Parts: sequence; structure tokens; C-alpha cells
Amino acid sequence: MATTFDVVIIGAGPGGYVSAIRAAQLGLTVGVVEKDKAGGVCVNIGCIPTKALLHSAEVANLMRHAKDLGVTAGEVQTDYGVAMTRSRKVAEQNSRGVDFLFKKHKIEMVKGTGKLLPGRKVAVAKAEGGTVELTATKAVVIATGSRPKDLPQLGLTIDRSTMISSDEALLLQAAPKTIAVVGAGAVGCEFADVFNAFGSQVTLLEVLPRILPVEDAEMSDVVAKAFKRRGITVAAGAQIQKAEKGKGGVTITYAVGGKPQTLTVEKVLIATGRAPITENLGLEAAGVKLTDRGFIQVDQAMRTTAPGVYAIGDVAGPPLLAHKGSREGMVAAEAIAGLKPHPIDYSGVPGATYCHPEVASVGLTEEQCKERKLEYAVGRFPFSASGRARTAGETDGLVKILSGKKYGEILGAHIAGAHATELIHELVVARANEYTVEEIELAIHAHPTFAEAVAEAALDAMGRVIHI
Amino acid sequence: MATKVVMEALSPTMEEGRLVAWKKKEGDAVKSGETLAEVETDKAVMELVAREDGVLRKVVLPEGSTVPVGALVAIVGGADEDIESQLGVPAAAAPPPQGVGGRVSAGGTPAKAPVAAPTPGAATLATLPPTPSHPTPTPSRVRSSPLARRLAAERGLDLRLVAGTGPAGRVTRRDVEAAGTGPQGRAGLAAAAVAPAAPALAVVAALAAPPGGFRDVPLTTMRRTIARRLAESIGPIPHFFLTSEIEMERAWEARQHLAGLGDATRISFNDLIVKAVALALRQHPAVNASFLDDRIRTYGDVHVGMAVAVEDGLITPVIRNADRKGLLEIAAESKALAERARARRLAPEEYTGATFSVSNLGMFDIDEFTAVINPPEAGILAVGRIAQRAVAVDGQLAVRRTMRVTMSCDHRVVDGATGAKFLQSVKLMLENPLAMLL
Repeated sequence: MATTFDVVIIGAGPGGYVSAIRAAQLGLTVGVVEKDKAGGVCVNIGCIPTKALLHSAEVANLMRHAKDLGVTAGEVQTDYGVAMTRSRKVAEQNSRGVDFLFKKHKIEMVKGTGKLLPGRKVAVAKAEGGTVELTATKAVVIATGSRPKDLPQLGLTIDRSTMISSDEALLLQAAPKTIAVVGAGAVGCEFADVFNAFGSQVTLLEVLPRILPVEDAEMSDVVAKAFKRRGITVAAGAQIQKAEKGKGGVTITYAVGGKPQTLTVEKVLIATGRAPITENLGLEAAGVKLTDRGFIQVDQAMRTTAPGVYAIGDVAGPPLLAHKGSREGMVAAEAIAGLKPHPIDYSGVPGATYCHPEVASVGLTEEQCKERKLEYAVGRFPFSASGRARTAGETDGLVKILSGKKYGEILGAHIAGAHATELIHELVVARANEYTVEEIELAIHAHPTFAEAVAEAALDAMGRVIHI
Repeated sequence: MATKVVMEALSPTMEEGRLVAWKKKEGDAVKSGETLAEVETDKAVMELVAREDGVLRKVVLPEGSTVPVGALVAIVGGADEDIESQLGVPAAAAPPPQGVGGRVSAGGTPAKAPVAAPTPGAATLATLPPTPSHPTPTPSRVRSSPLARRLAAERGLDLRLVAGTGPAGRVTRRDVEAAGTGPQGRAGLAAAAVAPAAPALAVVAALAAPPGGFRDVPLTTMRRTIARRLAESIGPIPHFFLTSEIEMERAWEARQHLAGLGDATRISFNDLIVKAVALALRQHPAVNASFLDDRIRTYGDVHVGMAVAVEDGLITPVIRNADRKGLLEIAAESKALAERARARRLAPEEYTGATFSVSNLGMFDIDEFTAVINPPEAGILAVGRIAQRAVAVDGQLAVRRTMRVTMSCDHRVVDGATGAKFLQSVKLMLENPLAMLL
């Protein structure tokens, strides 16, 4: 096994593996250190398996209403264990896909736990035992990612049985009868959706005044209404006082609007955020500094404070999103190869939440526009006015575009509804290229499609909406 | 297959051409590049050449016809090919520009000024995108975002002047907003910061253009107002005139000495004047400039045009990089150009691209006169005769050879003091020809 590479990457998640491929494309030799499976959290215990479960959930919900569509399939029964097994298979396939890509690009994967040593060296405690020291002639890239964070001060400590994180939720054999999901960000909302579809009694607790708090308030409303209609208890503005494990499960004491409440559930899913993995990495000794918030400090080219050491993905700071990490991986690889990659516009990184209805967004929310005292116009188009959405029985939600009043530039765009995570990209491309609402509308959108709603929202921003 | 031969734009300002003589007859074999006909343009007699091999099947128009650019004049094709279909349809549009410098509308150059607008010097063509020889900016594709275009349009900013920092140099909103503060201001500040003790140098640094290129300085509001108001007051170019009397004794002596060395070193006063003007333009980049509607362009090269009277008019061949050429070089070049001009054999690149002109009527015993500027140049120097005149020298009446020159200035570009300082430099060099060696 080679121990000297141009680039050594610690972590084979969506940041690390993409960076490795890009570096190999640029003619560099690459070694990737990974203690688990190729693909990291995203492929193995994140994006991919949750989307597989969400698809199962969507089918379950669809089947429950199939009769209305003229399709009868008997009594709908769900089995979380089967859905979980399928999601594992999907994840496994994706991970093998990464292995294949590594082989194709002659990237060497070193199984083990990496630790940075001064002088662009990485000590690997190998999975099969023993250690090996890798040398990077050009650069080391840290792509160790993040892990779920818990709240021990409130008694919410991940114990992997009754108090679980998304890691464990993805491996449950059966859906719990009752579950409290703490934190209503993307992860919390997605699991609330899944467990609800699989028959759990779900309570969604969020300390901030609304679920999906980073999204535009109107999008939060759409999801909250849909969740409530499906029987999810949504408790936003919930101050959790404590959580105690007892015989019947976990009892959570919280208050909403000063009104104390208690809730006893079989399981608690803690989805309050993720923390960067920076410990035992030898960062300090190597001269790699952290930010006040504990992420590795990087510049526009993803360089850390230590010469020849780069950091990408979750460990290099928010937003903690796979696609942001992948792009950082490309930027780092290009910088290492001596190219001048275009710096990342972090304001243009889209967000996507795959609960039903989906939520996707890019840029500023309306509240942020107000805070910044921007002069903006709002263009809205509800899917209830879309012919295509009605044919699919997917009339929840809307497209909302916030455009500059004077020039029509896209300040922010938000979609809640079916296919929102796909539909958003028209607006992501538009915003990244500084198209205005006029350019969006000028492009003819096919009829009947969900995407027409985007064009109509653009028209609405200009005061010329046709179908409402 | 048979191809149409159309009247080509043989000069940058040509709109129509007169077929002086057909050099091939119907039935003659022609090769690509061979001369088909001689065409008289607005500037010279040029050659219309075949673009295809074949046989000249049909001469559509007889000698003496004047036709617009793009009009069908002949058909070249195979010996037995049917050319009826080609004849049946009138040529709809001009072919892609084939002549040197490309085809450009004549609208920007007044008919009375037989000098086309400058293209950057020949050397610059390699490093710059082809600039149309037209004084107004013509739209060309600039990588830019729709939002940047909107912002730029509102601010009256030419996107070509904005450095793009987006992907592949795309001009984005940020770039337009940064440009809004004005490169003139920033360049001035930068120069002042570098050389606070030498303000004169700082001004030159801000105005000086790179060799072979040019620098565009967007108009300030004041400059824009000056331009508009002056233009409103007198015609398209607000002229003003500066006259100076130059003692030519030393120049006379120098020329005599050189002529005494033999024919090989014979130079004319005009050559001396061209050289002095070129050097002065180098010293005063603000005069080596053009007014381009929304900005002032200063040129990195000095190209001096010299008006030459020809039958039925005049033309201004150009001595390129005259500031870098020796007197003998200038002398030889100006002689050759003048001869070709009188024979109406100048190529377009020989009479376009001047950055300043000299018009000399001394040989016609004119004491002094004013000349009309050839746009988009910012000035022209009208040169009168050298004559022995009574002058006061140190309180005594004396007889000296003097020459009166009058500089016409485009007031939108050159202010009184700017022009005067330039003229002082010209005077200094002609009165002390040795200064031209410095």
C-alpha cells in the first residue's frame, strides 16, 4: 500500500469523496482515510436512507387515499422494519457506488481513524489493527464531518435506546408507539413525518416559535398545518424544562406560552443540531485553529491556519449540508492543484427538507428582507391554483419569490409543496446568475407542470399574475 | 456552386463603390484572391478580389456604375453551371466583412472630414478585441448578469469598462456597484497616494495608457456637463483655438546642416513639426485622446495624421508611433505616404487611426489659419508659413524666422490650459530642436 500521496483526505463523506475525485481528475494522487463506510453520514446514516424512509412514508400516505383515486388495495399496513431494511440496502448501494468511483479514479481508501500530524502527515489507526503513517506531499484535507448533538443539561442525553439520534432512528426495527421529536429543523420534521406515516403518535417539540425556524414563516405554516391534519402534535415555542427516563419511557416537562405540559413517550428523538468532529484529530498540535463556535477556521479556498492543511464540509462551518460540503471539496481540490476556484457564494446554498409537503429555499426569508430594510416585492403562487397540482392531489403549499423592488433581482425564493426540493433549482440557478424575475418569466414554462407555479410567482412579483 | 460577387466594404467608412474597371472579362478563369475589378471608394481606388476559384460567368454591372455595398456585381461559378437562379434573386445582404478593418457604418464620421476614426494601432490589434473605427461605442457581448446589465443601464455605465469578477470574468452586481465609485477617482487617489510630492507626475500616471493599449476614463458629472453644454453651444465639436508664434531660427539651421550632409539626411520642416507634436503628445496624454460620448479615451500610442491635399479634396495619412520614430524615418514615411495619397493608393489602415493631426499650409504662403478637427481626435495643429518677421528681442527690433501655429482643440476633452501647455511643449522643441533628442 502506498503511504505517500499528493493529497490525503480524512473522511469519505460527501465533502471528502467529492474532493478526492476532483483532485484525482486534476492528476493528483489521493489517499482517503475513512473509519467506516465510504459516503459518510450522507450516504450511510443521513440524506440517503432518510429519503428512502420518507419515500416509504409517502407511499403509505398515498395508499391511505388511494380509494379516492379509484384504486383499492385493501387495508394499508406498514412495517418500519421492512422500510428500514430497504433504506439500508439503498444506502449500501450508494456506498458501493462511492467505492466504485474511488477505484475508477485510482483513489486509495485507507480504513481506519486518521489523526493529523505536523508536516502534512496523517497517522492512521487501522481498522484491522496497527497504525500506518501517510504523507501528503501537497495537502491534507480534513473532512471529518459532524455528529448529532444532545442537550444533557435538560436530561436529553443520547443513550441509543430510548433517547436516540437520527443515527439510531434509521436502524429501528419497529416504529415506536409514541415518540417525541425534539427540534423541528429539517431532520426533526422529516422523522416526524416518517414515524407518523408508520403509525407512531408523534409530538414535535420546537423551542422557537415555529417549526422549520430557518425557513420563511409561510413555509413553516404550510408544513405545520399539513402535520396537524395528519395527526402530528406540533408544539412550537416549547420550553423544555427536563426529560426523565422512567418505566413507561421518557417523561418530558415543557411549557408552551407559560403553560406547563408533560408528555410521556416510548422514545425521544433528539434532533437539535449537529456538532463538528474536531477532537482527537491533532488539530492544535498541527496549528489548525478553530472558530468561536468550534468549527475549523478556513478561508475562501478552504485553507486552515496550518499551511498545507484544508478543511471542508460540516467540520469547516455552517450550513451543515452535504451539497455545501461537496462544493467545498471541489474548491479545496482545485486550490491544491494550483487552480483559482471561484469562491463559494454561501448565500446561494439551497436548503431542502423532504417531509411532506417538502420545503425548499434559497436566499433570504421575508423576515430577513424586513430586518435588512430591503425594498422588496413578494410574488406568490399557491399550488391550489395549479392545474397540475390538482391532478396530483397535491394542492398544499405555494411558491414565494422575494424580489428587489427596483431591479427585480431574486433576494430569496421559497417553495412548500410537492416536488419543492426539485422545483427550487430553477430559482437557485436564476439567483446564482443574477437573473431577475423578468428573465424567469420570459422563459416559457411547460403546461401543465408544477414549475408553472414558479413562473406565475415571478409574474406575481411584477404584479402580472395570470392564474389567480 | 456558383457564388455571387458583391460590392465589399473596402474601407471602414465605405457605403458605396464605383466600378472603375473590370480586370476580368466574362468567361475568364479566376482564382481566389485575383483582382476582378478596380473600385473607387470614398477614399481610394481599391481592388475587388475573387473569393472563389471558377469562371467569371456574368458581369452584372458595367464599368462606371456606382453601387451600394452588398449589391450584386458579378457571378463566379463553374464553366457550364446554371447561374440563372443566382441572377434571379437579388443579393439580400452584404457578405461578412472581408476588407481590412471590417465594415463599419459611416455615420460617425462627417463627410467633410476625410479621416476615419482611430482604430488602436496595428500593434494593439493583437492584444485588444477589434475596436470598430467608430467614435460611439457599439454594442458587443460582454459576459454579464441580467442584474448587472440593468444596474449599468441605469447608471449609464458601459459594461465593457467594468472588470468582471464572476465566473470567467462575468460582470456581476458587485462589479457594477464597485465601478460606480469611478475608476477615475480611484486611479487619481492611488496615484496621489503613491506620489504625494509630485502631483504633476500623479496626473500623468492617472491619464497615461499602457503602450499599445488605451485607457478609458469614465466621465465625471462635471465633465459630462461641460461636454453637453459646449456641444450645444457650437456644433458637434466645440472647437476653440490657441495660436502661438514659434521662432524657427534654430530649426532652420538644423535643417540646413542636415541637408548639407547630403540627400540622405534631408528632412522637411513638416517632419520636424510632426516629431515635435508626437513628443509633446507623449508628454501630454490628455491631448492624445478622444471624446466617446460617455467617456474620454486616452491612447497609449501616438499616431500623427498629416493632411495631404489631393485632387478634389484632402486625406490624412498617418505616421504611426511617430514619437518613437527618428526624423529620417518620419521623413521617409511621410514622403511615401504623401505620394501614395496623391495617387489615391492608400490602404485604409494608412489613413485611419490617427490620434492627432497636423495640417500645414505654409507652402501656400498662408501666415496662419484654423483647421477643423478630424473626429474623434481631440485636436489638430494648423501650421502657417515660416517667414522672416520683425520681432522684438531683448527690447531691440530684430528679424527672425517665425512660424505661426494654431491648435484647434475639442473643448470636451482639452481645456484651455491643457492645450496651452501642450502647445508650449511643441514650441519649446521647435525652438530648441536639440530638446527632441532628450
